[in-house]
Amino acid sequence: MRTIEVEQITQAIAKMCMEACYYLPEDVYDALVEGQKTEESPLGKDIIGQIIKNADIARNEDRPICQDTGMTVIFMEIGQDVHFVGGNLEDAVNAGVAKGYTEGYLRKSVVAEPLFNRKNTTNNTPAVLHTCIVPGEKVKIKLAPKGFGSENKSELKMLVPADGVAGVKKVVLDTILHAGENPCPPIVVGVGIGGTMEKAAILSKKALLRHITERNAHPEYAKLEQELLELINKTGIGPQLGGTTTALAVNVEWYPTHIAGLPVSVNISCHATRHAEVEL
Amino acid sequence: MTEKIRITTPLTEEQARKLKAGDSVLITGTIISARDAAHKTMVEALERGEKLPVDWQNQIVYYLGPTPAKPGNPIGSAGPTTSGRMDAYTPKMLEQGIKGMVGKGSRSKAVVDAMKKHGVVYMAAVGGAAALISKCIKKYEVLAYPELGPEAVAALEVVDFPAIVVIDSEGNSYYEEGQKPYRRL
Repeated sequence: MRTIEVEQITQAIAKMCMEACYYLPEDVYDALVEGQKTEESPLGKDIIGQIIKNADIARNEDRPICQDTGMTVIFMEIGQDVHFVGGNLEDAVNAGVAKGYTEGYLRKSVVAEPLFNRKNTTNNTPAVLHTCIVPGEKVKIKLAPKGFGSENKSELKMLVPADGVAGVKKVVLDTILHAGENPCPPIVVGVGIGGTMEKAAILSKKALLRHITERNAHPEYAKLEQELLELINKTGIGPQLGGTTTALAVNVEWYPTHIAGLPVSVNISCHATRHAEVEL
Repeated sequence: MTEKIRITTPLTEEQARKLKAGDSVLITGTIISARDAAHKTMVEALERGEKLPVDWQNQIVYYLGPTPAKPGNPIGSAGPTTSGRMDAYTPKMLEQGIKGMVGKGSRSKAVVDAMKKHGVVYMAAVGGAAALISKCIKKYEVLAYPELGPEAVAALEVVDFPAIVVIDSEGNSYYEEGQKPYRRL
């Protein structure tokens, strides 16, 4: 049994909020540099150049990459031999978000209630927290500030088994075409296949947190990722005003599902696919 | 790259009508930020027959909700938000005399029709280039609705703010034009 003070969680999360919003992950940065080389549109090349310059300024000056510093999504893997002390875990997580967004000069973009009043909570809480119990006595936190320019363009579709691979490809392509230039391409596309409705959605979010050069371990899904990427880059959307670099990567995650179902969720992330990770 | 066209605010209808889809522009002067909650508040005020707290005649609206300014800076990161979310309110707002809009992403047919009628130009800034864009913003001053926080209506003093005309006052779309040559589906 290992004891962890929840204050440690608060401090770790505050730091991760700031770092994720200021520093574009290296894998995404490298993919942008590569994308600029292969982009066929001269204007597209210029736009990717501005996006790279933006990431450089953000990193060098500790400024948010984007003004939409997102709603904070957190995946926490908790070892079953961990005992949290000093307070409630969820409160500690939200205290970390409030601290990070306030001290880091990040935008507070969360409203307390979605439909009627929509009053800003003024500290970006609450976070969306997904916990999972794993063996061991460690705590692994993955944090992704999720902007809504791209979140709004995401889709979930309950296909049936007969729809197959062609059906999955159609859902992804239709989502990308419908999103067009709105989600700030070049995008990263997270696809969740299988499970139940909510499982597919969570898988597609998790897929966005995977290193974008890492392909699915299952060869058929790895091939699907490559085929989807090629398909998306034929849409012409490019880096917003046309071109061949619409997406930097497609990451697919899958899970067993029901004999009657084939849920597919497509979660889009902008070129600022921000994430931070820490192990306590 | 084509030659950049310099425009200064206020923007008249005559100037707005001269700008064509695909033109690269550099805006200098004062532009006014407003996004979702401000648009809703303003259109509801108009529906009640009230006067707006800001005179929009010949103004350029920027769909923006910036991050807070760090000490010593006029503003935080300040890139465009998705314009389409403002579409439901835009025709009504264009009746107030707005001549230019800056945001990102395509617009509805109702907005394009209203743009043609009133002689309005729609420009895009690079989505997500918020730290870079903030460099050309020299001053940020809240004009109305401070209670909306990042969504307040504010005056922004800009110098050489880069944008591209994506829909002109004749309804031509540079999104369609720019993307078509690379569509290979």
